[in-house]
Amino acid sequence: MKEKTISIMGSHKTKSIVEMTAQAIFTLCALAALIAVGAITIYMIISGAPAFTKVGIKEILFSSVWAPSASDPQYGILWMILTSIVGTFLAICIGVPIAVLTAVFLSEIGSKRVTKIVKPAVELLAGIPSVVYGLLGILLICPLMYRLEQFIFADSQTHQFTGGANLFSAILVLAIMILPTVINISETALRAVPQHYRASSLALGATKIQTIFKVVLPAAKSGILTAIVLGTGRAIGEAMAILLVAGNAVNPPEFFHSVRFLTTGIVSEMSYASGIHREVLFTIGLVLFLFIMVINIILNIILKKGAKQS
Amino acid sequence: MNQFATRTGDGVLSKEPPYQFVSGNSIYQKKVRMGDNVLLGVIYFCAAVSVCLLAGIMGYVIYRGLPAVTWEFLSTVPSALKGTFGILANIFNTIYIIVLTLLIVTPIGIGSAIYLTEYAKGGKLVRMIEFTTETLSGIPSIIYGLFGMVFFGVVCGLGFSILTGALTLAIMILPIITRTTQEALKTVPESYRTGALGMGATKWYMIRTIILPSAMPGIVTGVILGIGRIVGESAALLFTAGSVNMLPKLAGTGIFEHALKSGGTLTIQMYLSMTKADYASAFGIALVLLAVVLGINLLTKYITKKLDTNH
Repeated sequence: MKEKTISIMGSHKTKSIVEMTAQAIFTLCALAALIAVGAITIYMIISGAPAFTKVGIKEILFSSVWAPSASDPQYGILWMILTSIVGTFLAICIGVPIAVLTAVFLSEIGSKRVTKIVKPAVELLAGIPSVVYGLLGILLICPLMYRLEQFIFADSQTHQFTGGANLFSAILVLAIMILPTVINISETALRAVPQHYRASSLALGATKIQTIFKVVLPAAKSGILTAIVLGTGRAIGEAMAILLVAGNAVNPPEFFHSVRFLTTGIVSEMSYASGIHREVLFTIGLVLFLFIMVINIILNIILKKGAKQS
Repeated sequence: MNQFATRTGDGVLSKEPPYQFVSGNSIYQKKVRMGDNVLLGVIYFCAAVSVCLLAGIMGYVIYRGLPAVTWEFLSTVPSALKGTFGILANIFNTIYIIVLTLLIVTPIGIGSAIYLTEYAKGGKLVRMIEFTTETLSGIPSIIYGLFGMVFFGVVCGLGFSILTGALTLAIMILPIITRTTQEALKTVPESYRTGALGMGATKWYMIRTIILPSAMPGIVTGVILGIGRIVGESAALLFTAGSVNMLPKLAGTGIFEHALKSGGTLTIQMYLSMTKADYASAFGIALVLLAVVLGINLLTKYITKKLDTNH
């Protein structure tokens, strides 16, 4: 029987080829994210920009008349932009305090047993599909808002009743939807505050509440800011949950107006739009994309600052 | 100013010696701060809001959805001929899209994470990759929908099809898979690596036989989180995979050809039912979706727990 010599140098060549192929494949995989963002940016610009030259930048961005199917079509998206900004801002104003305080409860106050109930609840909220929030919005929040509307505008001759599908309902749905995002990230930030900060503050005679609001929250500032920015991104990009809740008529953003957001503007007309109308819908997408990119860059700056501090 | 006077609240300077002021200023007795109690109450209230929201949502969906979920609802397709309405085709499409998306994205996501943790040595490229991964997770699904429709649908010529939808979703959940895998790889002790390399293993051999198996539970968690995102997705699929609810012909290559046909998932069907004001079936689907989400949550919990006890 012939004995095969085993050398540790034996398969050196094949090994190095395998090694190099493996590294090349992994590098390629890592580049996928880069390529994807590049492709998305390019295609959003390619499909969104032509309408600017055909209709005019001023006529799209700064005109408030949206009449794409009129004989003299108008494509002003000013109200949609303002609705998205106002709606997101107010949703943040309602949602963030609740979310941050819930995070405070989870990391500072709640006993282990209670936290064990609250935390999974928050995680589940994050997983619920946005259409489900939309469905509940239509059937629970809208009727409530309609009653409020009837009460407030009982004597008004000019008010156009929305049946509850208005900006206010949409804001409430958005505020609920951003809760889990903001809670989870804020809680992580609060837990990352070193224990000796709390100990020092308490030893100096501060009460627990003083410690939380004067020591722990300021120390977790950049993490909470990150949470708020991510929440903003989530709120401004949400479409399906508010599509049927916001009323979907192009109006200036007031509480009891039926309104249209940037996102719902795209979804509600994409299925039948053609020609310039379709291109303008892509322009709306481009505007939304720009908002998101700005939010992302702000986020990146905050994260960098936070990393420098620690 | 003498602070005892301000504490008594009567506005005049107190002439009495401090030791009589046991109630306000002793270190032996806690001063009750009203503001503290109010804030504490607000914090409890906020935590209660989050729990009540979930309980309310679950309760309401179960209450309205349970009557709609029958065996017929789950096991038939809509048919004008038989007069049935069921979501079997949507369930099938959802599973089909999940499998297809994961087949595309899991290798890429894991590969990307391996590059970032095992091969990359910092520098501009890595920072760019990390920034773009971050960006991808921030882009709203409606933008993915538009991009998927233009790029995969029109430029690549796939049209309205399940494959278009799966490719779009693959980009969308790439950051989830990459991030969780990266975290999992980071938890593998450095001694495993030095040990394997010290015994003469090559890098790829070490990754294949030591690193990946140790990081497996974390990777599985990432995949499950990705499934959760796919199940709940609607805006990105509306313009890419469409809304047809028909079962494929199971004979021959029908099951593969199905990828090139339009197919609506559960969330899409739910949205369509909503717009038609068919709330009964919408709630039925919502209940099915909630059950899936709950299952996914429990599964990730279970795996994470197992991971913790292993280490």
